[in-house]
Amino acid sequence: MTERIITYAEAIREAIGQAMETDENVFMLGEDIGIYGGAFGVSGDLYQRFGKERILDTPISELGIVGAAVGAALVGMKPIVEIQFSDFTAQAMDQIVNQAAKIHFMLGGELSVPMVLRAPSGSGTGAAAQHSQSLETWFAHVPGLKVVMPSSPYEAKGLLLAALDDPNPVIVLEHKLLYKTSGHVPEEQYRIPIGTSNKVRDGRALTIVASGVMVSRSLEAAETLSGMGIEVEVIDVRSLSPLDMAPINESVKKTGKVMLVQEAPKHVGFMAEVAARIAEGDALYHLTEPVRRLCGMDVPIPYAPQLEKSVVPQLDDIVAAAVEVNRGI
Amino acid sequence: MTSISPLLAPAKGVVSHDQPSAASALESLLAIRFFEEAVDGLFARGLMHGTMHLSIGQEAVATGVCAALRKTDFITSTHRGHSHCIAKGADLTRMMAELLAKQTGYCRGRGGSMHIADVETGNLGANGIVAGGIPIAAGAALAQKMKGNDNVVVSFFGDGATNEGAFHEAMNLAAIWDLPVIFVCENNKYGMSNSTEFSMRIENIAERAASYGFEGVTVDGNDVDEVFQAAAAAVEKARGGKGPTLIECVTYRHKGHSKSDKNLYRTKEEIEDWKTKDPIGRFEHKAIEAGALNQDQVDAITEKMRDAVRTAITEASSAPDSDPAELLASVYREAGK
Repeated sequence: MTERIITYAEAIREAIGQAMETDENVFMLGEDIGIYGGAFGVSGDLYQRFGKERILDTPISELGIVGAAVGAALVGMKPIVEIQFSDFTAQAMDQIVNQAAKIHFMLGGELSVPMVLRAPSGSGTGAAAQHSQSLETWFAHVPGLKVVMPSSPYEAKGLLLAALDDPNPVIVLEHKLLYKTSGHVPEEQYRIPIGTSNKVRDGRALTIVASGVMVSRSLEAAETLSGMGIEVEVIDVRSLSPLDMAPINESVKKTGKVMLVQEAPKHVGFMAEVAARIAEGDALYHLTEPVRRLCGMDVPIPYAPQLEKSVVPQLDDIVAAAVEVNRGI
Repeated sequence: MTSISPLLAPAKGVVSHDQPSAASALESLLAIRFFEEAVDGLFARGLMHGTMHLSIGQEAVATGVCAALRKTDFITSTHRGHSHCIAKGADLTRMMAELLAKQTGYCRGRGGSMHIADVETGNLGANGIVAGGIPIAAGAALAQKMKGNDNVVVSFFGDGATNEGAFHEAMNLAAIWDLPVIFVCENNKYGMSNSTEFSMRIENIAERAASYGFEGVTVDGNDVDEVFQAAAAAVEKARGGKGPTLIECVTYRHKGHSKSDKNLYRTKEEIEDWKTKDPIGRFEHKAIEAGALNQDQVDAITEKMRDAVRTAITEASSAPDSDPAELLASVYREAGK
């Protein structure tokens, strides 16, 4: 049997469509998701299939529409909000951080906000500083939110369906460079448990930990490194909150060397948390080299292609850094 | 467990002229007043911690609006939210327990005065963020419309909230989607220390509805009858699928904004003048004038509500303190629950 290959965007659309067929309470709202089909083409033909009531096109009102999703979720609906660029969540932060994240806990536990918020994240499209950020750490720092970053079409469908099953608010940060990438995705519904990390490549030389687009970039780097005789292990931190350290610690104990790769700026980035957790446990004793972070520069994402590439880890950067870590100080 | 009798709408549209309706409204007015006087006293005696925002002087708004609602209708509330909770039918004991930081409080001690919600009575929660509940109300109303029922949602907020973007975004969404939501602005003249004259250029907040294409009305927020009539008309419109209404209820808070307020921004004369327009005295007077209630009945309801608040304090005081052991497991809802 041949594997069915579809794109990341198609995988997300398929998950939404299947969820809407299965559960009448699921609906989607966001800017230009109707006849336009979504800024990145994710909603596509869902508008034709499910109609304007369930694929709810909204005005440009991020705070209002996330608030509306929170309110609808409180009374039994399952909203999927699409925020056109993850940068625009800044407009909606009160509803995400002060409302959705806290309602279950703060109001005593009877209410909850089963909302899914999807947003295209990351750089690489020449859209400059207000349309290219990687803001996962903002959300991961707020108790009450769950945060996932699907790294492939398979992950995108499975994590989104799991997010829709979750009774809590889940932030799904999709990477814009992945939307047109393809991979095997089963047609039937399946779930990837939120709160798990995933080993995507075996190796003994060193461990690379990455999320989102940095997973595929690290896997590509791993092929080059393999040609140089360096077999790296790659762990996909698909779920930032909750964070599953077990596969990371296990890998670090095996390889003794770890490189943490993220697109977001280095300062107070998510991989600092991963580094701290490695240091808090017995994996620390297995390290033969210091922990290495390979991160975005601490600057806003610039426009010019050569500038944009220079501030975010690229394939060659990962290869070079891995060689260094492998060689040791 | 103690709460007011359910608020009853009057048969002929005037609460103070209708015996059962007037009696239920007076219960609500007095329960709110006595509850808040009690917590003010407990705070002053050092028996209650944190902060709180009292609505003493504003009781007619929640009472008049909730008299126009069914139990299955929803509300969102504010940091100054005790009145909304009580008028919608919340348990005074669980409210008091929350304020006293007890395990049996509505939020199990995690929220306090600003975060009381009551699923049983359709109260989707008070809110510590000014205007935070307004888009949530629009979303709850969207859900009612999608489910095809005729429930409505009331969003309570203050004058200060109408300068927040969330208010304007929610008003616009409610307008374009004809949502069954009633925006109730309690204009008590001050957003903390800033007067409405300082913070906006318009005379009446109700005017803001016109820019979104629906009706706004301004009523005397210290008159239960006026508030009820405006609310009843807006509720009927919303139930009939004809969209939202903004009701501005002009009122006044006798107490400061919160416990830190030294009242430096308003005069004693102004406060005393508004106390002469106290909604409870006015309502009792109107109901007695109309023959709906007599003085004995008023006295009996007064005593009943004093008892209810005393019971709430007694029951809440004997409850166990809230428990830190359960905090970490309470951040997320478990799947399947």
